[in-house]
Amino acid sequence: MLEVHSIAKTFNSGTPNEVRSLRGVSLTLEPGSWVIIIGTNGSGKSTFLNAVAGTFFVDQGSIHLAGRDVTRWPEYARAELIGRVFQNPFSGTSPSLTIRENLSLAARRGCRRGLGWGLKSSLLSKMREEVSRLNMGLEDRLENAIGSLSGGQRQALTLLMATWLRPELLLLDEHTAALDPKSADLLIALTEQVVSHDKLTTLMVTHSMHQAASLGDRLIMMHRGQIIHDFQGAEKRRLRPDDLLARFEEVRRAEQLDESAALMLAEKYI
Amino acid sequence: MSLLIGTFTIGCILSLLALGVFISFRIFAFPDITADGSITLGASVAATLLVHGVSPPLASLAAFGAGMLAGTCTGTLHTRFKINSLLSGILVMTALYSINLHVMGRSNVPLLSVNTLATQAERIGLRLTRGVTSFNLAGWDVSVRDASVLCAIALAVALTGTLLYLFLRTNLGMAMRATGDNVQMIRALGVNDATMIVFGLAISNGFVALSGALLAQYQGFADVGMGIGMVVWGLASVIIGEALVGTTQVGLTLVGAVMGSVLFRLMVAVALRWGLSPNDLKLITAVFVFFALIVPQFLRKSRLRSAHA
Repeated sequence: MLEVHSIAKTFNSGTPNEVRSLRGVSLTLEPGSWVIIIGTNGSGKSTFLNAVAGTFFVDQGSIHLAGRDVTRWPEYARAELIGRVFQNPFSGTSPSLTIRENLSLAARRGCRRGLGWGLKSSLLSKMREEVSRLNMGLEDRLENAIGSLSGGQRQALTLLMATWLRPELLLLDEHTAALDPKSADLLIALTEQVVSHDKLTTLMVTHSMHQAASLGDRLIMMHRGQIIHDFQGAEKRRLRPDDLLARFEEVRRAEQLDESAALMLAEKYI
Repeated sequence: MSLLIGTFTIGCILSLLALGVFISFRIFAFPDITADGSITLGASVAATLLVHGVSPPLASLAAFGAGMLAGTCTGTLHTRFKINSLLSGILVMTALYSINLHVMGRSNVPLLSVNTLATQAERIGLRLTRGVTSFNLAGWDVSVRDASVLCAIALAVALTGTLLYLFLRTNLGMAMRATGDNVQMIRALGVNDATMIVFGLAISNGFVALSGALLAQYQGFADVGMGIGMVVWGLASVIIGEALVGTTQVGLTLVGAVMGSVLFRLMVAVALRWGLSPNDLKLITAVFVFFALIVPQFLRKSRLRSAHA
């Protein structure tokens, strides 16, 4: 489904602020798999997701999606194949447009947009039904501007919009991180429901060890722009939040060792 | 009375300018200075064609097309060459000054004894009233010529406004509105935002140029300096309109922009009548827009302060 082959990305290259965000990341996703990505701050997990989404072009490597080479496709062209939910609840919806207009826009993701009437009455009953499944009472407020809704409501609608047309790949970028715990739990339940119901191929970045351990069927841990662990199958199912924290601790120690070793070498030889 | 009708007529004509500024400034949050040049471009294209005997509706349509071209230039400078939005507008506006001189061949084209939309409207009006040249409206003497021009212009504005409203509700128009609202979202839904901006600015400047074409035909000349400060004028109309309707619903905001334009023109006429020097007009307009822009911020701050207290 998704084949990422040794992609690399360096930001601000050639300046003192040079950041090597991705250093040869390869990953192959089976259709219908749900992969969780965790990592330390600055490990490149969100950058990886953005590389797949096409927010920028990679310096090296290739990205194939649904049998097509999308490495050089701009972001808006890849949107035909990809549904996305962002970390910021305000990023996924258009505040001054109504709920109905936002959903109508999503119902044409990746399609040509011409002079056809934007609001189709034929879609209205399906919209009511889908929105009422969110259990937020929004089905009676379809004509309200989205800007008047809470972050949790907007994020739930964004998820609905991202999956309105079945995407080949669903990208979730810490989509619960900016929500209060109750809204986050609701959204996770909704995510599980949508992903399993439509058997979506999903890449999800998260900060929550609890989510990482309980969701998905494969877990990837990133550090300094590389994949350092890849848990699949029974191994993934056995993982507990404590195991993941232990792995992070390992990484931290290794890092300290690296630094003290470097310091020692510097003292001795320079 | 004739003065009042004239005020309404110019207000209506400039409401097309307000609609254009509404598209660039409010829908795309793009401060598009091109309008200063494209309103003159519309006037000079229409005037030159009229002098060469082209039919008035066709000349006005050509002006619309010329404006779209100017908007496309600004949009392309901004999206393709990543030039700052204000600077893109300034570049095209500056270039348009020379282009307008070339189009007209000199700095001023009079439209005396030329067939224009205004003279056509007068003729139709006179035919309808069977030669009566004035009638009585609530004690005022109204010239049929003035009234028929006003009716024709109001009709034209209503028509173009409705077309714009319908357009903004199509798939394309909705994608355009969302582009100005949230670029990240609209890209994620598969829309090329650069194309939307270029196309939006084209339409915006098309409206502005049409406004210029009508203005030239109404006042009977096109002049290379007639566009100076027009963006600010349009902005003032849009802001007044928003205050009048106080909503974000598309249809009402469009109506608001038209009403704002007429009201602003009326305010200016009253101020001039009271003895305001015409030389101070642009200054007063700029100061007015300045206050209209800061008052909402000021109100919000004082509301916050009172909420804390």
